[in-house]
Amino acid sequence: MTVKTITCPIEDPNELRELNAGDQVALSGRLLTARDAAHQALHQLLQDGRPLPVNLKGQVLYYVGPAPAPPGLPIGSAGPTTASRMDVYTPELLDQGIVATIGKGQRSSAVKSALIAHGAVYFGAVGGIGALLARHIRSATPVAFEDLGPEAMYELEVDHFPVIVLVDCSGGDLYELGPSAYRTRL
Amino acid sequence: MENLRPIPVQDITREVARLCREANTVLPDDVRSALNQAARLERSAIGRDTLHAILDNAAYAQEAGLALCQDGGVTIVFVDIGEHVHITGGLLSDAVNQGVAQGYSQSFLRGSILDRPFGGRNTGNNTPAIIHTRIVPGNRLTITVLPKGGGADNGSRLTMLIPADGWPGVREFVVDTVKRAGASSCPPLIVGVGIGATFDSVGELAKRALLRDVGTGHPDPMVVQWEKECLEEINRLGIGPQGYGGTVTALAVHIEIAPRHIASIPVAVNLQCHSARKGVSIL
Repeated sequence: MTVKTITCPIEDPNELRELNAGDQVALSGRLLTARDAAHQALHQLLQDGRPLPVNLKGQVLYYVGPAPAPPGLPIGSAGPTTASRMDVYTPELLDQGIVATIGKGQRSSAVKSALIAHGAVYFGAVGGIGALLARHIRSATPVAFEDLGPEAMYELEVDHFPVIVLVDCSGGDLYELGPSAYRTRL
Repeated sequence: MENLRPIPVQDITREVARLCREANTVLPDDVRSALNQAARLERSAIGRDTLHAILDNAAYAQEAGLALCQDGGVTIVFVDIGEHVHITGGLLSDAVNQGVAQGYSQSFLRGSILDRPFGGRNTGNNTPAIIHTRIVPGNRLTITVLPKGGGADNGSRLTMLIPADGWPGVREFVVDTVKRAGASSCPPLIVGVGIGATFDSVGELAKRALLRDVGTGHPDPMVVQWEKECLEEINRLGIGPQGYGGTVTALAVHIEIAPRHIASIPVAVNLQCHSARKGVSIL
């Protein structure tokens, strides 16, 4: 299978419309990280009508809390965390301009509807292979909520970071399409 | 008292620190061979690719001394204390927690513990550990470290069934737990099941089921049969490695049983992700 390359942040979100659930994609450029606590913090700022610490337009949000960087490396193990914990916050962040997220596990129907409405996609990285994935990360710079430690927001410089399309812009979902061929029990 | 064998707390701290480092960076042989076998059996191409990526990650993490997964989990420490052991120089729980703190800090493992349910701060060194102790015969002290990731524990469930539910009710609960967890608990899974005991004990029973080497059947042939039934049903769900679709959703089902009240069948299902890390040391 050919692997498509996409540069992040994504200047023209229309290129996401060419992707289908199950496609393999290599992401290069810059990603933003956020997991539970950062999502809560962003949500609180939006609730209070205050400005966000980062511009989310065109950004790809990676759900990860990396392990600390050992000497000589930019980052420690850095694989995806479960995306569904972020579900309640995702629609408002799509409103703020993010065009894709990276995680693992199924999303809610509300998130899928929001992805379709925004022409956004949900990418998956393989969970539990954080050491291998870290090899595609060139640098990690904290950009917000540093007091949250591993839950702070970082900007990651990535090179051909391997992901797969889990939910595409039309709502096609690999977690429904993939298992259906092998399911012999409800 | 002359039969007591002294074990200094420093020895416990040192071993716990070493086990935390090893468990988080070296995937046990039994898990590797189960994954290798799964890669041969898996029918989906993307499933096979995923299993190979998991094995490549294990090889690279060990070589580079990196955490297999950024989530070093809650550090669960099982300590079996021989009745003729005398722990000297301090408290067991302090010794274990110091070991966890040293192991995680010195090996660049992520701290994943908040000190309070809400409004808490990350303790930074993954303490406190969850410590399960048992008094056992002999004069040895056995320490087992199980780093338990959040995604797989989140997919775990406990229920109180009744005698009328019987084995079919238990089996359905086990399979349904795996189905609900789907991709979020990082399949292929090892499914730890506890049946019997009480509400408070059955969860620990399920967790202890995860300490067995992968695919090692229960000593009781009837329980082995239950394990096979559950595994077969789970692998018919089609979830596959990482939920991308396939025939290997679980590597093994391990069931532990205990006597129960005449009114209750407590059942706990503790899911273990493919990064099934553990380390054992006998002092």
